[in-house]
Amino acid sequence: MTIVVGYVPKPEGRAALRAAVEEADLRGEGLHVLNTSRGDAYVDPSYASPEDLAEVRGLLEETGLRFELDQRVGGRGGAEEVAATAARLGASLIVIGIRRRSPTGKLVFGSDAQRILLDAECPVLAVKAPAAD
Amino acid sequence: MGDFGALLDGFATALQPMYLLYALIGVTLGTAVGVLPGIGPAMTLALLLPLTYSLEPTAAFIMFAGIYYGGMYGGSTTSILLNAPGESSSIITALEGNRMAKAGRGSAALATAAIGSFVAGTIATVALTLVAPTIARLAVQLGPADYVALLVLAFLTVAAVLGSSPPRGIASLGIGLFLGLVGTDTLTGQQRFTLGLPALADGIDVVVVAVGVFAVGEALYVASRLRRGPIPLVPAGKGWMTKQDWSRSWKPWLRGTAIGFPIGTLPAGGAEVGTFLSYSAERKLSKHPEEFGKGAIEGVAGPEAANNASAAGVLVPLLTLGLPTSATAAILISAFQSYGIQPGPLLFQDESALIWALIASLYIGNVLLLVLNLPLVGIWVKLLQIPRPYLYAGILTFAALGSYSVGASTEDLVLLFLLGLLGWAMRNFGFPIAPAVVGLILGPIAEEQLRRALAISQGDATVLVTSPFAAVVYAALVVFLFLGWWLRRRQARTEAELAAVAATPAESERSSS
Repeated sequence: MTIVVGYVPKPEGRAALRAAVEEADLRGEGLHVLNTSRGDAYVDPSYASPEDLAEVRGLLEETGLRFELDQRVGGRGGAEEVAATAARLGASLIVIGIRRRSPTGKLVFGSDAQRILLDAECPVLAVKAPAAD
Repeated sequence: MGDFGALLDGFATALQPMYLLYALIGVTLGTAVGVLPGIGPAMTLALLLPLTYSLEPTAAFIMFAGIYYGGMYGGSTTSILLNAPGESSSIITALEGNRMAKAGRGSAALATAAIGSFVAGTIATVALTLVAPTIARLAVQLGPADYVALLVLAFLTVAAVLGSSPPRGIASLGIGLFLGLVGTDTLTGQQRFTLGLPALADGIDVVVVAVGVFAVGEALYVASRLRRGPIPLVPAGKGWMTKQDWSRSWKPWLRGTAIGFPIGTLPAGGAEVGTFLSYSAERKLSKHPEEFGKGAIEGVAGPEAANNASAAGVLVPLLTLGLPTSATAAILISAFQSYGIQPGPLLFQDESALIWALIASLYIGNVLLLVLNLPLVGIWVKLLQIPRPYLYAGILTFAALGSYSVGASTEDLVLLFLLGLLGWAMRNFGFPIAPAVVGLILGPIAEEQLRRALAISQGDATVLVTSPFAAVVYAALVVFLFLGWWLRRRQARTEAELAAVAATPAESERSSS
C-alpha cells in the first residue's frame, strides 16, 4: 500500500509533505509524491522547479522511507490527477495541503481540495500550512 | 517656432482627462500584450481596428500609440524574468537580463530596462518632433514617380530584412500584394480576382486580413503546439539599482538611443536590428566585458533603449511619407485610411491638430509607462498564469466580432478563418507575416501612384527612374540591401559568439536539472 501526496511548491504543499511523511512512518507504507501541471500557461506556480524537487528528494531520502517522485506535464487538472493516481495505485490515503480561500475565488476557480474529497475512493488527510510558514 | 506652438497645442489636447484615459487604456493594454509571448502590438492593433468605426480619430490614435509604446516596455519583463521574450525586439534583453535575474538582480534589470526605455523613448520622441515636420516639408515636393520609388524601397527592404530569408520575405510580400488586388479596380471598374463572388467585389477589408493573419493565425499556431511545460519564473527579487548600476547604465541608454532612432527611421526592418547593434556595441565598449553572458547590466540597458528609440524612429517615415517599416506601422496606416486620412507629406498640414496631439501623447505615454511598469511588475507577471486556451479563445471571439462588425456579413467571417489558416501556414513554414501586411496596405497606394506617374508621362516608363529623387532612392535601395545583408551577417556573428559564451554556464545548468 502507498500514500499519495499532492505536492505543490508552496507552504501548504510542504505541510502536506511533512504530514504524509509522519503518516507513512506510522503505517509503514511507501509514499507517492505527485506534482503536475496542465502545461497550458506560460507560468504555473504549482509546478515544482528542479531545485524544489531536489529539496523534496533530499527530505524524503533522509526519512529512509520507500518513495516515488512523480512529476508530469499535461493531462487533466491537479485534483483529477491526484485522485486518478490514488485509484490506480490502490492508495490507502491521500494527503493534500489546503489554504484559506475567498468565496469568490472558490466560485470562479473551483476548489481542488473539494474535488479530491469528492472523487477519492480512500480517506483523505487535509493539512493546513502552519501560520508562521 | 510654429512647430513648437503646435506641439504645445497638442499637449493641450492630449492632456484632457478623456484623452489621458485613452492613453492609460492604451499603455495598459500595450504592456499586457507586450508581456504575453506571441501576442504583439501588431496583432492587438489589428484586433482593435474596428474601433476606428466608432471612436473619433484623436482618441483612437492616442490609444494606438499607447499600445505601440507599451508593447516595447512589456516585452522586457518577460525576457528578464522568464527568459521568453514577449516581443522579437526583446530577444537580446533576455540574454543578459535573465542571467541578472537568476543572480538575484532581477529588479535592477527591470529598473534599468524601464528607465532606459523611458529615457530613450523621450529623447527619440524629441528627435521625432524636430525631424518629422522638416522631412514632411521636403516631402511635399515629391511627385508620383518619386513615390513609386519610395514604395519600391519600402517593399524590398521590408521583404528582405524581416523574416528568416529574402526569398521568403518576397513570397510573403507577394501574398500581401495579391490580396490587395482583389476587388473592383477603381479606374476601369474591372473585377480582379473576385471569382465572380459579389462578396469580393468590394475587395477584402484590411481589418479582415490583418485580424485573420495575425490573430486567428497566431491562435491556430499556438493551438497546434499547445502542450509545453511551464517555464520557471525567476522572482524579481528585492533591491534597486545601485549607484554603480546607474553609472554603468546611463551611457548605454544614450548610445542605445543614438543607435535605435536612425535604425527605426530607415526601412531596415524595425526594432530588432537596433537591439543587436546596440548589444554588440556595448560588449565592445564595456569596461566589464567578462560579465557579458553572465548578466551585464549594460547588455540590458543598451538594447532596451535601442528598441524604444527605434519605435519612435519608425513613426518618422510613417507620418512624413506614409511609409510603414514594420507590421505595426502598416496597421497604423490602415487605421489612418479608415478615417479617410492618407498618411503622407500633407499630414502635417492637413491634420496638424491630430498629429501633434499624437506626438504629445507619446511623451505622456512614456511617463505613464514608467509609472505603470516599475512598481507593478508583479501584476504583469501574473498575466502569464492565464491558461493559453482561455487567452486564445478570447482572442478568437474578439477577432470574429471585429471582422463581423466591419460589414455585418457572414462572408467576412468565412474569409477571416480562411485567412487565419493562411496565417497559420505561413507561421508554420517560416514565412514572415509583416511583409504580407505591408504589401496588402501599400500595394493599392503603389498601384495608384504608378498609374498616375505613367498617365502624366503618357506611358513613358523611363519617367520612373529619371526624376533625380527617384534615382537617389534606387541608389539608396542598393545601399540598404547591402547594409541589411551586412547587418544580418553581423547579427549572425553576434549570435554565434553569444552561443559560444552561453554554452559554458548553460551546460552546468542542464546537468543539474
